[in-house]
Amino acid sequence: MKLKGTEILLKALEEEKVDIIFGYPGGAVLDIYDQIYKSNLRHILVRHEQGAVHAADGYARATGKVGVCLVTSGPGATNAVTGVATANMDSIPLVVFTGQVPTGLIGNDAFQECDITGITRPCTKHNFLVRNIEELAATIKEAFHIARSGRPGPVLVDLPKNVMAAQTEYDPGNVRIRNHEVLYKPAPKKMANLQTMLQEAKRPLIMTGGGVILSRAAEELTDLARKYRIPVTGTLMGLGSFPGSDPLWLGMLGMHGTYYANMAVSHCDLLLAVGVRFDDRVTGSIETFAPEAKIVHIDIDPSSINKNVTVDLPIIGDAKSALTDLLRFLEEHHYEPDGAPRQAWLSEIDEWREKVPLTYCRNEEVIKPQFVIQTLHRLTGGDALITTEVGQNQMWTAQFFSFDRPNTFISSGGLGTMGFGLPAAIGVKCAFPDRQVVDIAGDGSIQMNIQELATAAQYNIAVKVVLLNNGYLGMVRQWQELFYEKRYSQTDMTYAPDFVRLAEAFGVVGLRATKPGEVEEVLRQGLAAHKPVLMDFRVSREECVYPMVHPGESISQMALGTREMIN
Amino acid sequence: MEKKDHIISILVYNKPDVLARIAGTLGGKGYNIDSLCVNTTTQNDISKIVMTTIGSQATINRIVNELQKLVDVISADDLTNVESIHREMVLVRLNLTPANTEAVRKAIDANRWKVIVSGDTFAMIEITGDKTQIDFALARMEPLGVTDITRTGLVALKLDD
Ligand SMILES: Cc1ncc(C[n+]2csc(CCOP(=O)(O)OP(=O)(O)O)c2C)c(N)n1
Repeated sequence: MKLKGTEILLKALEEEKVDIIFGYPGGAVLDIYDQIYKSNLRHILVRHEQGAVHAADGYARATGKVGVCLVTSGPGATNAVTGVATANMDSIPLVVFTGQVPTGLIGNDAFQECDITGITRPCTKHNFLVRNIEELAATIKEAFHIARSGRPGPVLVDLPKNVMAAQTEYDPGNVRIRNHEVLYKPAPKKMANLQTMLQEAKRPLIMTGGGVILSRAAEELTDLARKYRIPVTGTLMGLGSFPGSDPLWLGMLGMHGTYYANMAVSHCDLLLAVGVRFDDRVTGSIETFAPEAKIVHIDIDPSSINKNVTVDLPIIGDAKSALTDLLRFLEEHHYEPDGAPRQAWLSEIDEWREKVPLTYCRNEEVIKPQFVIQTLHRLTGGDALITTEVGQNQMWTAQFFSFDRPNTFISSGGLGTMGFGLPAAIGVKCAFPDRQVVDIAGDGSIQMNIQELATAAQYNIAVKVVLLNNGYLGMVRQWQELFYEKRYSQTDMTYAPDFVRLAEAFGVVGLRATKPGEVEEVLRQGLAAHKPVLMDFRVSREECVYPMVHPGESISQMALGTREMIN
Repeated sequence: MEKKDHIISILVYNKPDVLARIAGTLGGKGYNIDSLCVNTTTQNDISKIVMTTIGSQATINRIVNELQKLVDVISADDLTNVESIHREMVLVRLNLTPANTEAVRKAIDANRWKVIVSGDTFAMIEITGDKTQIDFALARMEPLGVTDITRTGLVALKLDD
């Protein structure tokens, strides 16, 4: 039986077990929307295409499945680009469908035409322009395959209007396995090397990253660390891949890492880095990064190896297979960590931890943003899916909300996209309607996609926004305070809407706390509501995120705020 | 690390935008392509791209890794240290005037240059060889009155698999 392009699309989505898509209609996708109208596919109508992509992204990060969205041609597609680039930087599997003008008009500057495959080539894992109906089914199948295989990433599929109106037999065929899919090959020799390195190391350290979460290897990583008593630090993207409540956990490393994590990296003699890419925010000055360590790097992407940091032992492959292999190898070869030196190393770390714990100056008069996050953690028992915006709110969340499980900290790490948190939270809540989903936000970021409160209200997607409202573009202000002698150029956001009334105007519950004593009550009320809620916490305006490694410096050199600089 | 010329041979699926992807990947990461040659292989749906670039071995490894990540790239190999044959071709148009005709004819004979066409006012010459041979021939022709040239990128083929 012949099917129309639009029918093929819906059938293909069904075969991929897509249960929800996020989107926004327009001229070029009218036919597709008509097909959606006739189908059972759950579609969430966002209020801006960037929101659609972030929502699909949040859904993907929380579930590990491919997130899907649909937008129209031209401005719909360009509005989606920030979302696509965000997912690309963090290797998140998405399939983004864009409408396109009919193939006969492509290249003519037709109404709402834009070369979206050209625009997104550098910020997708791959993209397709489907030129004829015969390719459609196979292309969609391949798009999903590419998005989730190897190092995942967003795939954009551009759908010209006439292709979607044409008819053909449905035949997705088989997806060919492409060259770029690095398959993990067990390498006993490398495992033996690694065991020797572990045996020789007196001060080993594991550094876990987003790749561990993407490959669902948190359990193996946790086993490895606990079994052999190796302390663990992590990148922003790695939060949740090792339990934050475990004594072996040192917190995040890097620019706003903990003192003890950065000291441990700077003094370790073996760094086992898994699923990380050694971003400059993590390494500080490369020359002084982990200066005493041999570095082992497990990563699925060969182009990540030796890119920023030269490593001693590269292991290419997905983290789960590699760690499973390593665990088995160590077990079979009866690896035992040397007790005394290991104990000395852990004690040394504990001394750093005691010397400069992760903390802040409490205040009875003004709400401290860190206090809000700690209270949120206490009230939820840590059992919540947390998204963040970008800036101080993101860093304080990373520091003060302890994540015990993977896929629960959802944040734009690589691109650092303000406006990510709210739509991402909507996507997460759609996947987990019974769990508490909270966007920890700043007042600048929340205004970038505030329109998505309407989406939350329309479908009663009960996300909770914890707004750390400091009336500044806080993180930029912090840099101006520290490096530009407090010239607060264009960062004062005192002129802002009344967020409580704004929330109410959107049909969302609005709550406010202005005193520390009100924080708990507002959080309790907000968390208990079965509706979307925005909680406006008026926090200490000029609070800074510490520790802080100044850009370009060694991560062993941290500014600690009110405390003096400690080396 | 020492920088030198490298030859990278890339097999790709013959898709409309595959060259744009390759050029974009390299350009976007700040790598320069010095010469480029593209055509189909014996299989119509597969093309071979040979490009040359300058860089340290580490840079070249990175380029090869980036290329191999592209979905439409089947393979990318650094041929620099592999036994392989290299050729370039150049077409040269020489200006013929009563004053230089004799000198041009002599040079053509002496160097066994291949004349493809010639008229009263010009001669078109084709030279195929490796980079040194072509540089050498061009240097010879220069004083005779070169009006234009087109030079291909380098093509290279491994001696064995
Ligand atoms: C889309 C976008 N524009 C600009 C920036 C640069 N930027 C990074 S943090 C920041 C300030 C964020 O302010 P706010 O959301 O109020 O959060 P705070 O730092 O105060 O917690 C800015 C402007 C960005 N990351 N993303």
